[in-house]
Amino acid sequence: MSTSSMQTVGGHGDSPQRVRAERLNVEQASYAYSATAQSAPTFTLGATSFQAHERELVAILGPNASGKSTLLRLISGTIAPLSGRVELDGEETSRLDVRTRAQRIAVVHQESPAVYPVLAGDFVLQGRHPYGRALRFAKKEDIEIARNALAQVGVEHLSRRSMGELSGGEKQRVILARALAQQPRLILLDEPTLHLDIGAQVELLERMRQLAQENRYAVVIVTHELSLAAEFADQVVLLQHGRCLRVGPPAAVYQRELLEQVFEAPLDVEIGPAGRPRVNLRARRGEDAT
Amino acid sequence: MRPLTVKRLLWTCGALAAVLLACVVLALKLGAVPISVTDLVINLGRIAIGQSDQLPTEYRLIVFDLRLPRILLGIMVGAALSVAGASFQALLRNPLADPFVLGVSSGAALGSILMLIIAPQIAVLSPVGAFLGAIATITVVYFLGRRDGQLDSTTLLLGGIISASFLSAIIMFLMTTLAGRDLRGMVFWLMGDLSTPVPAGLRWIFTAGLLIGIGAIYTTAADLNLLLTGEREAIHLGVDVTRVKLVVYVSASLLTALAVSASGAIGYVGLLVPHAVRLIFGSDYRLLIPASALCGAIAIVLADTLARTVVAPTELPVGAMTAMAGAPIFIYLLRRGLR
Repeated sequence: MSTSSMQTVGGHGDSPQRVRAERLNVEQASYAYSATAQSAPTFTLGATSFQAHERELVAILGPNASGKSTLLRLISGTIAPLSGRVELDGEETSRLDVRTRAQRIAVVHQESPAVYPVLAGDFVLQGRHPYGRALRFAKKEDIEIARNALAQVGVEHLSRRSMGELSGGEKQRVILARALAQQPRLILLDEPTLHLDIGAQVELLERMRQLAQENRYAVVIVTHELSLAAEFADQVVLLQHGRCLRVGPPAAVYQRELLEQVFEAPLDVEIGPAGRPRVNLRARRGEDAT
Repeated sequence: MRPLTVKRLLWTCGALAAVLLACVVLALKLGAVPISVTDLVINLGRIAIGQSDQLPTEYRLIVFDLRLPRILLGIMVGAALSVAGASFQALLRNPLADPFVLGVSSGAALGSILMLIIAPQIAVLSPVGAFLGAIATITVVYFLGRRDGQLDSTTLLLGGIISASFLSAIIMFLMTTLAGRDLRGMVFWLMGDLSTPVPAGLRWIFTAGLLIGIGAIYTTAADLNLLLTGEREAIHLGVDVTRVKLVVYVSASLLTALAVSASGAIGYVGLLVPHAVRLIFGSDYRLLIPASALCGAIAIVLADTLARTVVAPTELPVGAMTAMAGAPIFIYLLRRGLR
């Protein structure tokens, strides 16, 4: 573990003796959307429980409309659970004020649409917003942290380029650098691999694992990429129709019948040499002949 | 990485203030009665050393009682409209937003007229009516511009443009049926005009309102930078979005109301000035807001000087000048945006 980068980009409170301290605790958390206060809910997320420790990568898996985004919003604290609790280091995320929350939780969306172009370096500096006051003129320290964050994702050289001219993969890394500049304890990624080719997907997840190790983040990734989650996640939370079906290491959750039923596709699951499951799409019988 | 520094901010604003000062001197000089710069400097010097009683009467009347108040009004109106425009552009994440295009100016004009009809003897109610009209219009346009719970750029603009023409029609109706009452003319309310001086009793209200409005918006400048990337993103970066939106909507409506009740609905300034500033100085709101205020003042002072001089001894309304320059640029931006 590189301690130098830890001090600048991820140095947080816990004593070094406590290995793999629990960061995130989701306990029987549920939520319901409805059009008005009186009407019946249009979507519900049933009670969901799981924990994420520091340096751990948790994948929330499920098909569309399974409740992944709702769970992500519950974790990020932008909505409060109807019942149960969502705690980060013992504090309920939805009760933190917006500034403190941004110092502890960074959320990375698949794309960051900008109305006006901004330089990549200045974009990363936005990650320092929750630490500043009033007009937030960048201090030396902020610039140092932003540089470090860019370096950690390997795009220092892009700092003076406009966000508008970057490729999808480069942009994704700069957005990730902004999240690192927030010096969070928990990083949430919402479908981060959606617009990336397979090489960039693997690279991103490898980088996330490495960053989680170095900076002691807990990382939660929402995805429907079964193979990537199997390869990189320490834990998987499997959702379907707003219900939490399974929580556990990929090898325990990835059962053929279960995955086939959830994703409504014929799949093969085998356990690879490292003990991680592999998922392949099995061709339908009718299509074998053609 | 090229973060904004206090030094760069001050240098830029200082340079723009110098340009504004030069424009003011030019505007004092030019007009139906030409005045030499030397005379102007000498007489300004006399005022500075407290000998204003030695000024020639005629000179005093033209330069200091006619031109100077009009120029000062132009500075205030230009600053108010430009900052309001820049604010709406950030809040609505739409580069084409502007108090005139969104109908907020027409709403303010209608509110002001209604107050003049209801209580003509209480002058202070006119800007109050303008403020209520502005707030009501931006609220309606905001909800017209929503589609599936999201702000839709095209729907928002259509909503604004339709509201503007609807409100203008009501203003025309009122002005036509109520002709003869002591209301300023249709051209004033629909095009904007700086020839009517603000009543002396209202001047301090306008100055205070302007400073409060721009000041309040400026405290949120760093938040507006993040709001431009989207509300969700801004929340995750620690911006109290509800508070910022409230402060900026109210302040921008206040600025529009002040400008409109003093000079009618001058168009396109709030659109063009922030764009020009963005092209030159970048889109950081910490610089954009003060630079837009200064450039807006420069633009109106120049436009009004042209309006006073091109067809002298008669005058054009200043809104005609800004629309002549503004409309083609608006179409250009619209086409570029829709590509």
